[in-house]
Amino acid sequence: MATTTARQKAGWGSANTIAILLAIVPVLWIISLSFKDPASINDGSFWPTDWTLENYRGIFDTSEFTRALLNSIGIALISTFIAVVLASMAAYAVARLAFPGKSVLIGMCLLIAMFPAISLVTPLFNIERSLNLFDTWLGLIIPYVAFGLPLGVYTLSAFFREIPWELEKAAKMDGATPFQAFTKVIAPLAAPGMFTTGILVFIFCWNDFLFAISLTSTTNARTVPAAIGFFTGSSQFTSPTGSIAAAAVIITIPIIIFVLLFQRRIVAGLTSGAVKG
Amino acid sequence: MSATAEAVGAGTLVAETPKNGKKRPLSEGARAERRLGLMLIAPAVIVMVAVTAYPIIYAVYLSLQRYDLRFPDQAKFVGLDNYVAVLSSPYWWGALRVTLIITVISVIIELVLGMLLALLMHRTLFGRGTVRTSILIPYGIVTVVAAYSWQYAWTPGTGYLVEMFGGGAPLTDQTKAIAIIILAEIWKTTPFMALLLMAGLALVPEDLQKAAKMDGASAWQRFTKVTLPLMKPAILVALLFRTLDAFRVFDNIFILTAGGNGTYSVSILGYDNLFTALNLGIGSAISILIFLCVAVIAFLFIKGFGASAPGSEAKR
Repeated sequence: MATTTARQKAGWGSANTIAILLAIVPVLWIISLSFKDPASINDGSFWPTDWTLENYRGIFDTSEFTRALLNSIGIALISTFIAVVLASMAAYAVARLAFPGKSVLIGMCLLIAMFPAISLVTPLFNIERSLNLFDTWLGLIIPYVAFGLPLGVYTLSAFFREIPWELEKAAKMDGATPFQAFTKVIAPLAAPGMFTTGILVFIFCWNDFLFAISLTSTTNARTVPAAIGFFTGSSQFTSPTGSIAAAAVIITIPIIIFVLLFQRRIVAGLTSGAVKG
Repeated sequence: MSATAEAVGAGTLVAETPKNGKKRPLSEGARAERRLGLMLIAPAVIVMVAVTAYPIIYAVYLSLQRYDLRFPDQAKFVGLDNYVAVLSSPYWWGALRVTLIITVISVIIELVLGMLLALLMHRTLFGRGTVRTSILIPYGIVTVVAAYSWQYAWTPGTGYLVEMFGGGAPLTDQTKAIAIIILAEIWKTTPFMALLLMAGLALVPEDLQKAAKMDGASAWQRFTKVTLPLMKPAILVALLFRTLDAFRVFDNIFILTAGGNGTYSVSILGYDNLFTALNLGIGSAISILIFLCVAVIAFLFIKGFGASAPGSEAKR
């Protein structure tokens, strides 16, 4: 790539443009739908003819959506926090300590990453009903933590490996216990990695649909992806298309913000494992 | 469940195999380190075991019962009857066929498109950041949201794609609906594939490319003879996780067709047997069969990996 001709430049440029367009058109479409008024929502045009905020007003008027949004945010944040804390502990052990059973832990993470969630839905449904966890926040948080952990352990141990050993040794030399070496020296250095892992785990929890529809039955714990499916139009003659589109846009906003602000971190987190293989 | 697949790490987590040969008494420090290590992993292990291992064993038990939620009193042990019922049902084989079609076609197309996208991001001189940012949107977006976008795009009257592609109601036709499900899967997960492959590309030494160029290799020859062989581990990891992920396809089908017109996958079949038919016994038998299918796929892939299997000692 020493010399670039104008033609090459144009070639790469148009390939880039096509890739970007393909990635964002379906998102633009759902945004456009959310701004269409009910009268013209079925006109089939890509852009709205009359822009309106009515769909947004509609969904925020009922507790159905606001409650689901609260559930989504609460459940995803708590699950992410727990998963990142537990994964940091395990990843530190994997990256830094010699102890038996390390390969068992790694194998277990790998297994869970491949695990078909549907296989757990039937038994979890029954177990949670008998433990009164069904249709509660905790009932979703527990499986989210379990499925977030493998992701967290992998990503974090890759990050932890980058932290210089010497600092920990120096801390121990100065009389710190291994636990102090962890909390006082490694944890602050590991914060960026933990933050990145947090984003990835949050996206996973935010995204989940199967557990959310299987382990909830009311607005008590139903998250937005699951709640959208139960939307009805404002009257029985109107279709819920506009409300669904508006709700869809609202839950896409955090994702877009993450992607715009932390693009580099997300890519680094996603590929941290794969790169060094 | 695409996010779990991110835990890709091709052998990053290289476990140092402990030398069990001779038993030397451990020093005080080493013993403290062992204790701390086990303490630190314990909470994670407990959660993972409680949510996966225990339920799957419970599912095996349920699958051997006649257990209908409408008649819970009549639950009783029936041996392998549920498995016989599932395996002799055309619904299971239909679902398996649809699932395999979706898995194979979408993974192949994703590999090709993902590779093109990875090369684009690797080689392009400007706008790389913009491309990366835009392709992270499909990766991050809630699958249900994307599925609704596709559904409305293909709904007669509402959608912008229907007229462009011959009108009618494509989502009510089995073949067309499956094609749309595959399209939705590809759109959502190609970026993930591309990012993993891009990471693999970064490992191919530039010098080798230059040397091959000096020796007169064409761009295609350099790609097939230099780049691809060196990327094999990255490709296999990406393929394994995407294949298993595609086999579990649920969200897109649930929203796009709800499994109507012969478009249900094995996951949809399992879900319906639990929540529509309320049959825990049959539902659990389907769960276990899906688990076994995934295990077989993973086993075949890992055998194909050979030494480069994730988690095994990487020879560098």
